[in-house]
Amino acid sequence: MDFDFTHFVEFIPDISSAFIQTIYMISISLIVAILIGLPIGILLYITDNGLFLENRALQSVLGFVVNMLRSIPFIILLVALIPLTDALVGTTIGPTAASVSLSVAAIPFFARIVESALREIDKGVIEAAIATGATPWMIIKEVLLLEARSGIISGVTLTLISLIGFSAMAGTVGGGGIGDLAIRFGYYRYDNTIMISTVLILIILVQVIQYAGDFIAKVVDKRR
Amino acid sequence: MIEIRNLSKVYNTKNGTVNGVDNVSLTVQEGEIFGIVGYSGAGKSSLIRCINLLERPTSGSIIVNGRDLTSLKSEELRRARLKIGMIFQHFYLISQKTVYENVAFSLKAAKVPTMKIKERVEELLEMVGLAEKRDVHPSQLSGGQKQRVGIARALANNPTVLLCDEATSALDPTTTKSILNLLKRINKELNITIVLITHEMNVVKEICHRMAIMQDGKVIEEGSVYDIFANPKADLTKEFIESVVSFEIPEVILKGCTGPIVKVTFKGEIAGEGVISDTLQKFNVNGNFLHGSIEYIQDLPLGIFIMELKGQKEEIANALHYIESRDVQVEVLHNGL
Repeated sequence: MDFDFTHFVEFIPDISSAFIQTIYMISISLIVAILIGLPIGILLYITDNGLFLENRALQSVLGFVVNMLRSIPFIILLVALIPLTDALVGTTIGPTAASVSLSVAAIPFFARIVESALREIDKGVIEAAIATGATPWMIIKEVLLLEARSGIISGVTLTLISLIGFSAMAGTVGGGGIGDLAIRFGYYRYDNTIMISTVLILIILVQVIQYAGDFIAKVVDKRR
Repeated sequence: MIEIRNLSKVYNTKNGTVNGVDNVSLTVQEGEIFGIVGYSGAGKSSLIRCINLLERPTSGSIIVNGRDLTSLKSEELRRARLKIGMIFQHFYLISQKTVYENVAFSLKAAKVPTMKIKERVEELLEMVGLAEKRDVHPSQLSGGQKQRVGIARALANNPTVLLCDEATSALDPTTTKSILNLLKRINKELNITIVLITHEMNVVKEICHRMAIMQDGKVIEEGSVYDIFANPKADLTKEFIESVVSFEIPEVILKGCTGPIVKVTFKGEIAGEGVISDTLQKFNVNGNFLHGSIEYIQDLPLGIFIMELKGQKEEIANALHYIESRDVQVEVLHNGL
Protein backbone atom coordinates (compact mmCIF):
# COMPACT_ATOMS: atom_id res chain seq x y z
CA MET A 1 0.00 0.00 0.00
CA ASP A 2 1.90 3.01 -1.18
CA PHE A 3 0.58 6.38 -2.22
CA ASP A 4 2.31 7.99 -5.17
CA PHE A 5 1.62 11.69 -4.98
CA THR A 6 2.74 12.60 -8.51
CA HIS A 7 0.59 9.80 -9.89
CA PHE A 8 -2.32 11.22 -7.92
CA VAL A 9 -1.73 14.71 -9.34
CA GLU A 10 -1.71 13.23 -12.84
CA PHE A 11 -5.11 11.76 -12.21
CA ILE A 12 -6.74 14.84 -10.70
CA PRO A 13 -8.63 15.68 -13.94
CA ASP A 14 -9.98 12.10 -14.15
CA ILE A 15 -10.93 12.09 -10.51
CA SER A 16 -12.68 15.41 -10.72
CA SER A 17 -14.66 14.47 -13.80
CA ALA A 18 -15.57 11.18 -12.12
CA PHE A 19 -16.64 13.16 -9.07
CA ILE A 20 -18.88 15.35 -11.19
CA GLN A 21 -20.35 12.24 -12.83
CA THR A 22 -21.14 10.76 -9.42
CA ILE A 23 -22.80 13.95 -8.26
CA TYR A 24 -24.71 14.13 -11.55
CA MET A 25 -25.99 10.55 -11.30
CA ILE A 26 -26.99 10.65 -7.69
CA SER A 27 -28.61 14.07 -8.04
CA ILE A 28 -30.83 12.99 -10.92
CA SER A 29 -31.73 9.72 -9.20
CA LEU A 30 -32.46 11.45 -5.92
CA ILE A 31 -34.74 14.00 -7.56
CA VAL A 32 -36.61 11.26 -9.42
CA ALA A 33 -36.77 9.14 -6.25
CA ILE A 34 -38.29 12.04 -4.32
CA LEU A 35 -40.70 13.04 -7.09
CA ILE A 36 -42.03 9.52 -7.58
CA GLY A 37 -41.06 7.71 -4.37
CA LEU A 38 -42.60 10.29 -2.03
CA PRO A 39 -46.13 10.01 -3.48
CA ILE A 40 -45.80 6.21 -3.57
CA GLY A 41 -44.67 6.19 0.06
CA ILE A 42 -47.62 8.38 1.03
CA LEU A 43 -49.99 6.13 -0.94
CA LEU A 44 -48.57 3.02 0.73
CA TYR A 45 -49.30 4.61 4.08
CA ILE A 46 -52.71 6.21 3.59
CA THR A 47 -54.19 3.21 1.78
CA ASP A 48 -53.26 0.92 4.66
CA ASN A 49 -56.14 -0.35 6.76
CA GLY A 50 -57.65 1.83 9.41
CA LEU A 51 -56.53 5.04 7.78
CA PHE A 52 -58.44 7.76 6.06
CA LEU A 53 -58.05 6.52 2.50
CA GLU A 54 -58.04 2.81 3.19
CA ASN A 55 -57.79 0.79 -0.01
CA ARG A 56 -56.53 -2.73 0.49
CA ALA A 57 -56.33 -3.64 -3.19
CA LEU A 58 -54.21 -0.64 -4.11
CA GLN A 59 -52.10 -1.13 -1.00
CA SER A 60 -51.24 -4.73 -1.80
CA VAL A 61 -50.57 -4.13 -5.50
CA LEU A 62 -48.33 -1.18 -4.72
CA GLY A 63 -46.61 -3.07 -1.93
CA PHE A 64 -45.98 -6.03 -4.20
CA VAL A 65 -44.43 -3.92 -6.97
CA VAL A 66 -42.25 -2.06 -4.49
CA ASN A 67 -41.04 -5.29 -2.90
CA MET A 68 -40.38 -6.85 -6.28
CA LEU A 69 -38.24 -3.95 -7.45
CA ARG A 70 -36.37 -3.96 -4.17
CA SER A 71 -35.58 -7.66 -4.36
CA ILE A 72 -33.77 -7.45 -7.72
CA PRO A 73 -30.00 -7.08 -7.26
CA PHE A 74 -28.93 -3.72 -8.64
CA ILE A 75 -26.45 -5.15 -11.12
CA ILE A 76 -29.23 -7.25 -12.68
CA LEU A 77 -31.62 -4.32 -12.69
CA LEU A 78 -28.98 -2.33 -14.52
CA VAL A 79 -28.88 -4.84 -17.35
CA ALA A 80 -32.57 -5.64 -17.34
CA LEU A 81 -33.46 -1.99 -17.73
CA ILE A 82 -31.34 -1.44 -20.81
CA PRO A 83 -34.39 -1.38 -23.14
CA LEU A 84 -36.21 1.07 -20.86
CA THR A 85 -33.11 3.22 -20.61
CA ASP A 86 -32.79 3.30 -24.39
CA ALA A 87 -36.42 4.28 -24.75
CA LEU A 88 -36.23 6.98 -22.11
CA VAL A 89 -32.89 8.70 -22.75
CA GLY A 90 -31.91 7.37 -26.17
CA THR A 91 -28.67 5.81 -25.02
CA THR A 92 -27.64 2.83 -22.89
CA ILE A 93 -24.21 4.02 -21.79
CA GLY A 94 -22.91 6.98 -19.80
CA PRO A 95 -23.98 8.63 -16.57
CA THR A 96 -27.41 9.68 -17.89
CA ALA A 97 -28.19 6.09 -18.84
CA ALA A 98 -27.00 4.84 -15.47
CA SER A 99 -29.27 7.40 -13.78
CA VAL A 100 -32.31 5.56 -15.12
CA SER A 101 -31.46 2.33 -13.32
CA LEU A 102 -30.33 4.22 -10.24
CA SER A 103 -33.67 6.04 -10.15
CA VAL A 104 -35.64 2.84 -10.58
CA ALA A 105 -33.73 1.32 -7.67
CA ALA A 106 -34.05 4.43 -5.52
CA ILE A 107 -37.81 4.96 -5.99
CA PRO A 108 -39.04 1.89 -4.05
CA PHE A 109 -36.25 2.29 -1.50
CA PHE A 110 -37.24 5.87 -0.77
CA ALA A 111 -40.95 5.02 -0.89
CA ARG A 112 -40.52 2.46 1.91
CA ILE A 113 -38.51 4.95 3.94
CA VAL A 114 -41.25 7.55 3.57
CA GLU A 115 -43.84 4.97 4.55
CA SER A 116 -41.94 4.02 7.69
CA ALA A 117 -41.36 7.69 8.59
CA LEU A 118 -45.13 8.23 8.31
CA ARG A 119 -45.79 5.22 10.53
CA GLU A 120 -43.91 7.01 13.30
CA ILE A 121 -46.65 9.64 13.48
CA ASP A 122 -49.06 9.15 16.35
CA LYS A 123 -52.32 8.02 14.76
CA GLY A 124 -54.17 10.19 17.24
CA VAL A 125 -52.81 13.32 15.57
CA ILE A 126 -54.24 12.15 12.25
CA GLU A 127 -57.55 11.28 13.90
CA ALA A 128 -57.68 14.69 15.52
CA ALA A 129 -57.25 16.26 12.08
CA ILE A 130 -60.03 14.05 10.69
CA ALA A 131 -62.25 15.03 13.62
CA THR A 132 -61.51 18.68 12.85
CA GLY A 133 -63.00 18.19 9.41
CA ALA A 134 -59.75 18.59 7.46
CA THR A 135 -59.67 17.46 3.83
CA PRO A 136 -57.49 14.47 2.88
CA TRP A 137 -55.18 16.81 1.01
CA MET A 138 -54.77 19.03 4.10
CA ILE A 139 -54.03 15.98 6.20
CA ILE A 140 -51.36 14.81 3.77
CA LYS A 141 -49.77 18.23 3.37
CA GLU A 142 -50.07 19.72 6.83
CA VAL A 143 -50.11 16.70 9.09
CA LEU A 144 -48.37 13.74 7.45
CA LEU A 145 -45.59 15.51 5.57
CA LEU A 146 -45.05 18.04 8.31
CA GLU A 147 -44.98 15.58 11.20
CA ALA A 148 -42.72 13.17 9.29
CA ARG A 149 -40.53 15.94 7.88
CA SER A 150 -37.55 15.13 10.04
CA GLY A 151 -37.79 11.39 9.32
CA ILE A 152 -38.17 12.01 5.60
CA ILE A 153 -35.05 14.20 5.61
CA SER A 154 -33.16 11.37 7.30
CA GLY A 155 -34.57 9.12 4.58
CA VAL A 156 -33.20 11.42 1.89
CA THR A 157 -29.78 11.16 3.55
CA LEU A 158 -30.04 7.39 3.65
CA THR A 159 -31.14 7.21 -0.01
CA LEU A 160 -28.34 9.51 -1.11
CA ILE A 161 -25.71 7.39 0.62
CA SER A 162 -27.15 4.18 -0.81
CA LEU A 163 -27.10 5.78 -4.23
CA ILE A 164 -23.39 6.49 -3.90
CA GLY A 165 -22.86 2.80 -3.21
CA PHE A 166 -25.04 1.72 -6.13
CA SER A 167 -23.41 4.22 -8.47
CA ALA A 168 -20.12 2.34 -8.19
CA MET A 169 -21.77 -0.43 -10.19
CA ALA A 170 -22.87 2.01 -12.85
CA GLY A 171 -19.45 1.48 -14.41
CA THR A 172 -20.84 -1.74 -15.86
CA VAL A 173 -22.78 0.33 -18.35
CA GLY A 174 -20.05 2.91 -18.71
CA GLY A 175 -21.68 5.22 -16.26
CA GLY A 176 -18.46 6.49 -14.81
CA GLY A 177 -18.18 8.12 -11.42
CA ILE A 178 -15.87 7.80 -8.45
CA GLY A 179 -16.89 4.26 -7.55
CA ASP A 180 -16.27 3.13 -11.10
CA LEU A 181 -12.81 4.69 -11.02
CA ALA A 182 -12.05 2.89 -7.77
CA ILE A 183 -13.09 -0.45 -9.23
CA ARG A 184 -11.35 -0.05 -12.58
CA PHE A 185 -8.06 1.32 -11.37
CA GLY A 186 -7.85 0.33 -7.78
CA TYR A 187 -9.40 -3.12 -7.98
CA TYR A 188 -8.60 -4.42 -11.45
CA ARG A 189 -5.23 -2.70 -11.95
CA TYR A 190 -3.93 -2.73 -8.38
CA ASP A 191 -3.42 1.02 -8.59
CA ASN A 192 -3.26 1.78 -4.89
CA THR A 193 -2.94 5.53 -5.34
CA ILE A 194 -6.22 5.76 -7.21
CA MET A 195 -7.84 3.23 -4.91
CA ILE A 196 -6.87 5.15 -1.78
CA SER A 197 -7.73 8.58 -3.15
CA THR A 198 -11.12 7.54 -4.55
CA VAL A 199 -12.13 5.63 -1.44
CA LEU A 200 -11.05 8.60 0.65
CA ILE A 201 -13.19 10.90 -1.48
CA LEU A 202 -16.15 8.55 -1.04
CA ILE A 203 -15.62 8.43 2.72
CA ILE A 204 -15.54 12.23 2.92
CA LEU A 205 -18.60 12.54 0.66
CA VAL A 206 -20.63 10.11 2.76
CA GLN A 207 -19.56 11.79 6.00
CA VAL A 208 -20.48 15.23 4.73
CA ILE A 209 -23.87 14.07 3.47
CA GLN A 210 -24.64 12.24 6.72
CA TYR A 211 -23.59 15.19 8.84
CA ALA A 212 -25.56 17.68 6.78
CA GLY A 213 -28.60 15.39 6.70
CA ASP A 214 -28.58 14.88 10.47
CA PHE A 215 -28.13 18.58 11.03
CA ILE A 216 -31.05 19.58 8.83
CA ALA A 217 -33.28 16.83 10.27
CA LYS A 218 -32.56 18.13 13.75
CA VAL A 219 -33.03 21.79 12.96
CA VAL A 220 -36.45 21.34 11.36
CA ASP A 221 -37.77 19.13 14.17
CA LYS A 222 -39.84 21.13 16.65
CA ARG A 223 -40.46 18.27 19.08
CA ARG A 224 -37.21 18.46 21.06
CA MET B 1 -79.17 17.76 20.35
CA ILE B 2 -77.52 14.40 19.86
CA GLU B 3 -79.55 11.29 19.43
CA ILE B 4 -77.92 7.91 19.53
CA ARG B 5 -80.25 5.14 18.39
CA ASN B 6 -79.59 1.43 18.85
CA LEU B 7 -75.89 1.93 18.34
CA SER B 8 -73.71 -1.16 18.19
CA LYS B 9 -70.05 -1.51 17.38
CA VAL B 10 -68.67 -4.97 16.88
CA TYR B 11 -64.94 -5.60 16.72
CA ASN B 12 -63.49 -8.63 15.03
CA THR B 13 -60.57 -9.96 17.02
CA LYS B 14 -58.53 -13.15 16.93
CA ASN B 15 -60.77 -14.62 19.60
CA GLY B 16 -64.01 -13.90 17.79
CA THR B 17 -66.22 -10.86 17.84
CA VAL B 18 -66.43 -8.39 20.71
CA ASN B 19 -69.33 -6.05 21.28
CA GLY B 20 -67.59 -2.76 21.98
CA VAL B 21 -70.89 -0.92 22.11
CA ASP B 22 -74.00 -3.00 22.54
CA ASN B 23 -77.30 -1.51 21.39
CA VAL B 24 -76.96 1.85 23.12
CA SER B 25 -79.61 4.53 22.83
CA LEU B 26 -79.06 7.92 24.42
CA THR B 27 -80.35 11.42 23.94
CA VAL B 28 -78.20 14.39 24.83
CA GLN B 29 -80.19 17.59 25.16
CA GLU B 30 -79.04 20.82 23.59
CA GLY B 31 -76.86 22.87 25.93
CA GLU B 32 -76.25 20.20 28.52
CA ILE B 33 -73.06 18.60 29.72
CA PHE B 34 -73.49 14.87 29.51
CA GLY B 35 -71.01 12.51 31.16
CA ILE B 36 -70.45 8.87 30.28
CA VAL B 37 -68.66 6.93 33.00
CA GLY B 38 -67.21 3.47 32.94
CA TYR B 39 -64.04 1.50 33.52
CA SER B 40 -61.66 1.04 30.61
CA GLY B 41 -63.06 -1.48 28.19
CA ALA B 42 -66.65 -0.56 29.03
CA GLY B 43 -67.12 0.83 25.53
CA LYS B 44 -67.38 4.51 26.42
CA SER B 45 -64.44 5.44 24.21
CA SER B 46 -65.89 3.54 21.25
CA LEU B 47 -69.21 5.22 21.88
CA ILE B 48 -67.86 8.78 21.85
CA ARG B 49 -65.73 8.01 18.79
CA CYS B 50 -68.86 6.80 17.03
CA ILE B 51 -70.56 10.14 17.62
CA ASN B 52 -68.35 11.89 15.05
CA LEU B 53 -67.80 8.66 13.14
CA LEU B 54 -64.10 8.37 13.87
CA GLU B 55 -65.31 4.83 14.22
CA ARG B 56 -68.13 3.69 12.00
CA PRO B 57 -70.81 1.92 14.02
CA THR B 58 -71.76 -1.60 12.96
CA SER B 59 -75.42 -0.67 13.25
CA GLY B 60 -77.62 2.10 14.57
CA SER B 61 -77.73 5.78 13.87
CA ILE B 62 -76.32 9.01 15.25
CA ILE B 63 -78.29 12.17 14.74
CA VAL B 64 -76.42 15.40 15.37
CA ASN B 65 -77.97 18.76 14.53
CA GLY B 66 -80.88 16.95 12.91
CA ARG B 67 -78.82 14.88 10.47
CA ASP B 68 -78.05 11.21 10.57
CA LEU B 69 -74.28 11.14 10.29
CA THR B 70 -74.16 7.49 9.29
CA SER B 71 -75.98 8.31 6.06
CA LEU B 72 -73.63 11.09 4.95
CA LYS B 73 -71.13 10.83 2.11
CA SER B 74 -67.51 11.52 2.98
CA GLU B 75 -67.51 15.17 1.90
CA GLU B 76 -70.79 15.88 3.74
CA LEU B 77 -69.43 14.09 6.79
CA ARG B 78 -66.30 16.21 6.68
CA ARG B 79 -68.44 19.36 6.69
CA ALA B 80 -70.60 18.01 9.50
CA ARG B 81 -67.43 17.42 11.55
CA LEU B 82 -66.55 21.10 11.31
CA LYS B 83 -69.48 21.64 13.68
CA ILE B 84 -68.50 18.84 16.08
CA GLY B 85 -65.39 19.69 18.06
CA MET B 86 -63.35 17.03 19.82
CA ILE B 87 -60.61 17.04 22.43
CA PHE B 88 -58.49 14.10 23.51
CA GLN B 89 -56.71 12.69 26.53
CA HIS B 90 -53.34 13.02 24.82
CA PHE B 91 -54.21 16.32 23.11
CA TYR B 92 -52.95 15.21 19.67
CA LEU B 93 -51.68 18.59 18.55
CA ILE B 94 -49.53 18.82 15.44
CA SER B 95 -46.08 18.90 17.02
CA GLN B 96 -44.44 20.72 14.12
CA LYS B 97 -46.95 23.56 14.12
CA THR B 98 -47.05 26.46 16.53
CA VAL B 99 -50.01 27.03 18.82
CA TYR B 100 -51.30 29.61 16.34
CA GLU B 101 -50.91 27.27 13.38
CA ASN B 102 -52.61 24.41 15.19
CA VAL B 103 -55.70 26.51 15.76
CA ALA B 104 -55.54 28.03 12.28
CA PHE B 105 -55.56 24.50 10.84
CA SER B 106 -59.19 24.04 11.89
CA LEU B 107 -60.17 27.31 10.27
CA LYS B 108 -58.40 26.37 7.05
CA ALA B 109 -60.40 23.14 7.03
CA ALA B 110 -63.53 25.30 7.03
CA LYS B 111 -62.06 27.44 4.24
CA VAL B 112 -62.15 30.59 6.34
CA PRO B 113 -60.50 33.44 4.38
CA THR B 114 -56.87 33.98 5.41
CA MET B 115 -57.57 37.52 6.56
CA LYS B 116 -60.19 36.39 9.01
CA ILE B 117 -58.11 33.48 10.36
CA LYS B 118 -55.72 35.70 12.29
CA GLU B 119 -58.47 37.57 14.05
CA ARG B 120 -60.35 34.39 14.98
CA VAL B 121 -57.25 32.52 16.21
CA GLU B 122 -56.30 35.43 18.44
CA GLU B 123 -59.82 35.62 19.81
CA LEU B 124 -59.77 31.87 20.58
CA LEU B 125 -56.36 31.97 22.23
CA GLU B 126 -57.55 34.88 24.31
CA MET B 127 -60.56 32.88 25.40
CA VAL B 128 -58.51 29.86 26.54
CA GLY B 129 -55.91 32.12 28.16
CA LEU B 130 -52.97 31.34 25.90
CA ALA B 131 -52.58 34.57 23.96
CA GLU B 132 -48.93 34.95 24.89
CA LYS B 133 -48.06 31.40 23.75
CA ARG B 134 -49.19 31.85 20.18
CA ASP B 135 -45.79 31.29 18.54
CA VAL B 136 -44.64 28.44 20.72
CA HIS B 137 -44.58 24.78 19.66
CA PRO B 138 -46.58 22.23 21.68
CA SER B 139 -43.43 20.61 23.09
CA GLN B 140 -42.87 23.76 25.15
CA LEU B 141 -46.32 23.68 26.73
CA SER B 142 -47.55 21.96 29.88
CA GLY B 143 -50.32 19.37 29.70
CA GLY B 144 -52.98 21.84 30.72
CA GLN B 145 -51.80 24.38 28.15
CA LYS B 146 -51.83 21.71 25.44
CA GLN B 147 -55.41 20.87 26.32
CA ARG B 148 -56.30 24.55 26.10
CA VAL B 149 -54.88 24.61 22.58
CA GLY B 150 -56.93 21.49 21.87
CA ILE B 151 -60.03 23.29 23.10
CA ALA B 152 -59.28 26.38 21.02
CA ARG B 153 -58.80 24.17 17.96
CA ALA B 154 -62.03 22.28 18.64
CA LEU B 155 -64.04 25.47 19.07
CA ALA B 156 -62.59 27.33 16.09
CA ASN B 157 -65.52 26.78 13.74
CA ASN B 158 -68.23 27.50 16.34
CA PRO B 159 -69.34 23.90 16.79
CA THR B 160 -72.65 23.04 18.41
CA VAL B 161 -71.16 19.99 20.09
CA LEU B 162 -67.88 19.34 21.89
CA LEU B 163 -66.79 15.76 22.46
CA CYS B 164 -64.27 15.18 25.26
CA ASP B 165 -62.46 11.85 25.15
CA GLU B 166 -60.93 11.50 28.64
CA ALA B 167 -59.88 15.12 28.28
CA THR B 168 -58.59 15.50 31.83
CA SER B 169 -57.31 11.99 32.51
CA ALA B 170 -53.69 12.87 31.76
CA LEU B 171 -53.74 16.00 33.91
CA ASP B 172 -53.00 16.63 37.58
CA PRO B 173 -55.89 17.54 39.90
CA THR B 174 -55.31 21.30 39.85
CA THR B 175 -55.02 21.43 36.07
CA THR B 176 -58.04 19.15 35.77
CA LYS B 177 -60.01 21.63 37.81
CA SER B 178 -59.01 24.57 35.63
CA ILE B 179 -59.83 22.68 32.43
CA LEU B 180 -63.21 21.66 33.87
CA ASN B 181 -63.92 25.27 34.75
CA LEU B 182 -63.06 26.27 31.20
CA LEU B 183 -65.42 23.61 29.82
CA LYS B 184 -68.15 24.79 32.16
CA ARG B 185 -67.66 28.36 30.97
CA ILE B 186 -67.73 27.31 27.32
CA ASN B 187 -70.96 25.42 27.93
CA LYS B 188 -72.57 28.39 29.61
CA GLU B 189 -71.29 31.26 27.50
CA LEU B 190 -71.34 29.64 24.08
CA ASN B 191 -74.21 27.23 24.76
CA ILE B 192 -72.21 24.31 23.38
CA THR B 193 -73.48 20.82 24.15
CA ILE B 194 -70.69 18.81 25.75
CA VAL B 195 -70.41 15.04 25.81
CA LEU B 196 -67.56 13.73 27.88
CA ILE B 197 -66.34 10.31 28.79
CA THR B 198 -64.27 9.68 31.86
CA HIS B 199 -63.44 7.10 34.48
CA GLU B 200 -63.17 9.84 37.10
CA MET B 201 -66.44 10.33 38.93
CA ASN B 202 -65.35 13.68 40.33
CA VAL B 203 -65.27 15.08 36.78
CA VAL B 204 -68.92 14.17 36.36
CA LYS B 205 -69.82 15.46 39.79
CA GLU B 206 -68.04 18.71 39.05
CA ILE B 207 -69.56 19.71 35.72
CA CYS B 208 -72.13 17.30 34.29
CA HIS B 209 -75.87 17.81 34.29
CA ARG B 210 -76.77 14.29 33.30
CA MET B 211 -74.82 11.08 33.10
CA ALA B 212 -74.81 7.48 31.94
CA ILE B 213 -72.86 4.57 33.37
CA MET B 214 -71.53 1.99 30.96
CA GLN B 215 -70.53 -1.61 31.52
CA ASP B 216 -69.73 -4.26 28.89
CA GLY B 217 -70.83 -1.99 26.07
CA LYS B 218 -74.23 -1.26 27.58
CA VAL B 219 -75.66 1.74 29.39
CA ILE B 220 -76.69 0.35 32.77
CA GLU B 221 -77.93 3.53 34.38
CA GLU B 222 -78.79 6.98 33.14
CA GLY B 223 -80.19 10.11 34.69
CA SER B 224 -79.43 13.46 36.26
CA VAL B 225 -76.14 13.47 38.10
CA TYR B 226 -77.87 14.60 41.27
CA ASP B 227 -80.41 11.80 41.23
CA ILE B 228 -77.80 9.19 40.51
CA PHE B 229 -75.61 10.41 43.35
CA ALA B 230 -78.59 10.51 45.69
CA ASN B 231 -80.06 7.23 44.59
CA PRO B 232 -77.70 4.94 42.73
CA LYS B 233 -79.24 1.67 41.61
CA ALA B 234 -76.62 -0.51 39.93
CA ASP B 235 -73.72 -1.89 41.99
CA LEU B 236 -71.23 -0.39 39.57
CA THR B 237 -72.83 3.04 39.98
CA LYS B 238 -72.51 2.73 43.75
CA GLU B 239 -68.89 1.74 43.32
CA PHE B 240 -68.19 4.80 41.20
CA ILE B 241 -69.93 7.07 43.67
CA GLU B 242 -67.94 5.58 46.53
CA SER B 243 -64.80 6.60 44.68
CA VAL B 244 -65.67 10.25 45.35
CA VAL B 245 -68.02 10.12 48.34
CA SER B 246 -66.96 7.25 50.50
CA PHE B 247 -68.60 6.38 53.81
CA GLU B 248 -66.56 3.43 54.86
CA ILE B 249 -66.55 2.97 58.61
CA PRO B 250 -63.59 1.22 60.23
CA GLU B 251 -64.26 -2.36 61.40
CA VAL B 252 -63.28 -1.52 64.98
CA ILE B 253 -65.92 1.17 65.21
CA LEU B 254 -68.56 -1.10 63.69
CA LYS B 255 -67.80 -3.78 66.29
CA GLY B 256 -68.31 -1.28 69.08
CA CYS B 257 -71.80 -0.39 67.83
CA THR B 258 -74.77 -1.95 69.54
CA GLY B 259 -77.72 -0.26 67.84
CA PRO B 260 -78.75 -0.35 64.20
CA ILE B 261 -76.66 1.70 61.79
CA VAL B 262 -78.61 3.82 59.36
CA LYS B 263 -77.74 5.91 56.35
CA VAL B 264 -79.78 9.09 56.10
CA THR B 265 -79.84 10.96 52.80
CA PHE B 266 -81.09 14.55 52.59
CA LYS B 267 -81.80 15.92 49.18
CA GLY B 268 -81.89 19.50 48.06
CA GLU B 269 -83.72 21.96 50.25
CA ILE B 270 -84.53 19.74 53.20
CA ALA B 271 -82.57 20.93 56.22
CA GLY B 272 -80.98 17.76 57.45
CA GLU B 273 -79.86 18.72 60.93
CA GLY B 274 -83.39 19.93 61.74
CA VAL B 275 -84.98 16.60 60.95
CA ILE B 276 -82.40 14.70 62.98
CA SER B 277 -82.66 16.89 66.03
CA ASP B 278 -86.48 16.82 65.89
CA THR B 279 -86.35 13.04 65.75
CA LEU B 280 -84.00 12.74 68.67
CA GLN B 281 -86.20 15.06 70.75
CA LYS B 282 -89.48 13.40 69.85
CA PHE B 283 -88.39 9.83 70.48
CA ASN B 284 -86.43 8.18 73.18
CA VAL B 285 -83.53 7.47 70.91
CA ASN B 286 -79.90 8.49 71.03
CA GLY B 287 -78.07 9.24 67.83
CA ASN B 288 -74.39 8.77 67.31
CA PHE B 289 -72.89 10.18 64.11
CA LEU B 290 -70.32 7.87 62.56
CA HIS B 291 -69.75 9.51 59.21
CA GLY B 292 -71.25 12.02 56.85
CA SER B 293 -70.91 14.99 54.60
CA ILE B 294 -72.82 17.43 52.45
CA GLU B 295 -71.87 17.34 48.80
CA TYR B 296 -72.84 20.06 46.37
CA ILE B 297 -73.84 18.73 42.98
CA GLN B 298 -74.90 21.35 40.44
CA ASP B 299 -75.05 23.76 43.40
CA LEU B 300 -77.67 21.60 45.12
CA PRO B 301 -76.77 20.16 48.51
CA LEU B 302 -76.85 16.42 48.99
CA GLY B 303 -76.37 15.37 52.62
CA ILE B 304 -75.48 11.84 53.55
CA PHE B 305 -75.03 10.85 57.19
CA ILE B 306 -74.35 7.51 58.77
CA MET B 307 -75.43 7.15 62.39
CA GLU B 308 -75.94 4.59 65.03
CA LEU B 309 -79.30 4.67 66.80
CA LYS B 310 -79.56 3.52 70.39
CA GLY B 311 -82.75 2.84 72.29
CA GLN B 312 -85.78 0.59 72.46
CA LYS B 313 -86.52 -1.33 69.28
CA GLU B 314 -90.00 0.15 68.88
CA GLU B 315 -88.75 3.65 69.55
CA ILE B 316 -86.09 3.24 66.87
CA ALA B 317 -88.66 1.91 64.39
CA ASN B 318 -90.92 4.88 65.12
CA ALA B 319 -88.04 7.27 64.75
CA LEU B 320 -87.18 5.81 61.34
CA HIS B 321 -90.81 6.12 60.23
CA TYR B 322 -90.82 9.70 61.37
CA ILE B 323 -87.68 10.54 59.41
CA GLU B 324 -89.15 8.97 56.28
CA SER B 325 -92.37 10.91 56.78
CA ARG B 326 -90.34 14.07 56.42
CA ASP B 327 -89.20 13.09 52.90
CA VAL B 328 -85.81 11.98 54.01
CA GLN B 329 -84.40 8.74 52.75
CA VAL B 330 -83.33 6.22 55.40
CA GLU B 331 -81.55 2.98 54.76
CA VAL B 332 -80.66 0.51 57.51
CA LEU B 333 -77.13 -0.69 56.89
CA HIS B 334 -76.68 -2.94 59.93
CA ASN B 335 -79.47 -4.20 62.09
CA GLY B 336 -77.61 -3.96 65.36
CA LEU B 337 -75.81 -6.80 67.02
